[in-house]
Amino acid sequence: MELEFEVTDLPASDHPAVGDVAPDFTRPLVGPEYWADASLSDVVAEGPTLLVFHPMDGAFPTTYMYNAVDDHGFADEVQVVGVSASSPYEHKDLLEERGAGVRVFSDPDAGVAEAYDVENDLDGMAGVTEHRPAVFLLDADRTVQYAWVADEWPAFPDYEDVAAAVADVA
Amino acid sequence: MSDADPEITLYRLQACPFCERVVRVLDDLGLDYASRFVEPMHADRNVVKRISGKRSVPAIVDDNTGVTMSESANIVEYLENTYGDGGAA
Repeated sequence: MELEFEVTDLPASDHPAVGDVAPDFTRPLVGPEYWADASLSDVVAEGPTLLVFHPMDGAFPTTYMYNAVDDHGFADEVQVVGVSASSPYEHKDLLEERGAGVRVFSDPDAGVAEAYDVENDLDGMAGVTEHRPAVFLLDADRTVQYAWVADEWPAFPDYEDVAAAVADVA
Repeated sequence: MSDADPEITLYRLQACPFCERVVRVLDDLGLDYASRFVEPMHADRNVVKRISGKRSVPAIVDDNTGVTMSESANIVEYLENTYGDGGAA
């Protein structure tokens, strides 16, 4: 999309890069039927995992990202897990609309965002920190195979790049 | 889905006093358990219906004994009889 003005830059991120081991964490993980505490290491032990950080459920970038995940069928190839600041109740609503086969971590205090250096302190929403759009493809020991983190607000990954990375591990 | 994979799974609803009653007894007995939270709307609790035959919570699944049970009074009685002083396990 060509705009006649500059899109807002986000600060540089020291996020996990390809070859790094992604930080482990435990948060409520929401599936189609219930939520329960789960660790990322437990999830990735089940197979290659696409970890998708996104803004609050209901924000348009989140909708766009889940539409893209569905359109590309990523959840048919690898495990797809989202992370946002929204509550498990909001994740349940999200998963009823889109994100077939996806599970979503709830990280209201954005502690996971801090661990991955993908925090986004929202201007105009005092006290609210959420997750900038970011995508990490992890193998079974959490080694990063692909990483992308938004450097503008908003920005979206190149889904063809994601698809190519997914095809390599699937 | 937790590190220890406890043998007891508790299906619960946030802030449900009947569920909290069961949690208290589990804690008093020193039992490890995994919590699975379901939704307030009965119609959205198919997982509970599938494991216990009805959509009410609390419900527990105890892999130690093969018991699946709902109704907090029944669960409390079961836990105390099974794991309390003089219990079978």
